[in-house]
Amino acid sequence: MTTIIVETMPKAELLDPQGKAVAGALARLGTSTFASVRIGKRFEIVVDGPVDDAVLAEVRTVAEEILSNSVIEDVVGIHVVEAAV
Amino acid sequence: MATRVGVITFPGSLDDRDAQRAVRIAGAEPVALWHGSHDLEGVDALILPGGFSYGDYLRCGAIASLSPIMTEVVAAANSGMPVLGICNGFQMLTEAHLLEGGLIRNDHGSFICRDQVLRVENTDTSWTRDFEAGENITIPLKNGEGGFIASDETLDRLEGEGRVVFRYVDVNPNGSLRDIAGISNERGNVVGLMPHPEHAVEPGFGPDTDVAMRSGVDGLAFFTSVIERTLASV
Repeated sequence: MTTIIVETMPKAELLDPQGKAVAGALARLGTSTFASVRIGKRFEIVVDGPVDDAVLAEVRTVAEEILSNSVIEDVVGIHVVEAAV
Repeated sequence: MATRVGVITFPGSLDDRDAQRAVRIAGAEPVALWHGSHDLEGVDALILPGGFSYGDYLRCGAIASLSPIMTEVVAAANSGMPVLGICNGFQMLTEAHLLEGGLIRNDHGSFICRDQVLRVENTDTSWTRDFEAGENITIPLKNGEGGFIASDETLDRLEGEGRVVFRYVDVNPNGSLRDIAGISNERGNVVGLMPHPEHAVEPGFGPDTDVAMRSGVDGLAFFTSVIERTLASV
């Protein structure tokens, strides 16, 4: 089995209230080295058979049409992770 | 024959019964519809109610927008049937691409619940014809992810075409761009807004007014508007 990772992020120009809240908490803890935090999502999709171009194309379609909403988010990464034997 | 208004219940809908009640008080017949069905049961209009469908997993309204019944909702909306999305229902309509833009977490990061003043900017839609243009109304607002966003180009187009139906007055409660509280599609039959008209339809249960506590019924005109709209089209 193979795992395909899909990562999405809120669009860069949009306010990310979750990231802002975490950045605020880090600042309160005294960590002054972090300038900002943004929070996105990571999906792990497990594929039974081999991952060929058709499977990858399907994942890309799902990533762009269902896993993300292009009005508010970008798909920032699709990676294939081979299963450890 | 009474106008029949379908109210679709999704897993996690909260305000479906209130919407049915508002339809009844306005003088129409509410029809309870189920997300898992493909049958709109011959209704004249549709309401997608508020709540937290699928626990707001993935994105608010995203999984509900893929429900079986949404195939029929999209077809009905595209053929001109009046469709109103309230709060979570508004989020579903944007996820289903029936309305433009999107809703993100409130800019202040908190859930907010308040009686909200709105200005009615378009009285030509199926759901607003019983309002006066420019009228201020007060209805409850309650959301955690009600920040309306869209590209500048889309916002300019929505404003230019008069498709900003409601705007927040006095307070912008969630960081919505250009104070937008609700919008419509091009045809004006599909309307979505974050505040809740169905909670302001009966004296004793609405927002406070200058006259008396809980006496606000400004939400009622949404539902009487659609009755007139459906009767006019027969």
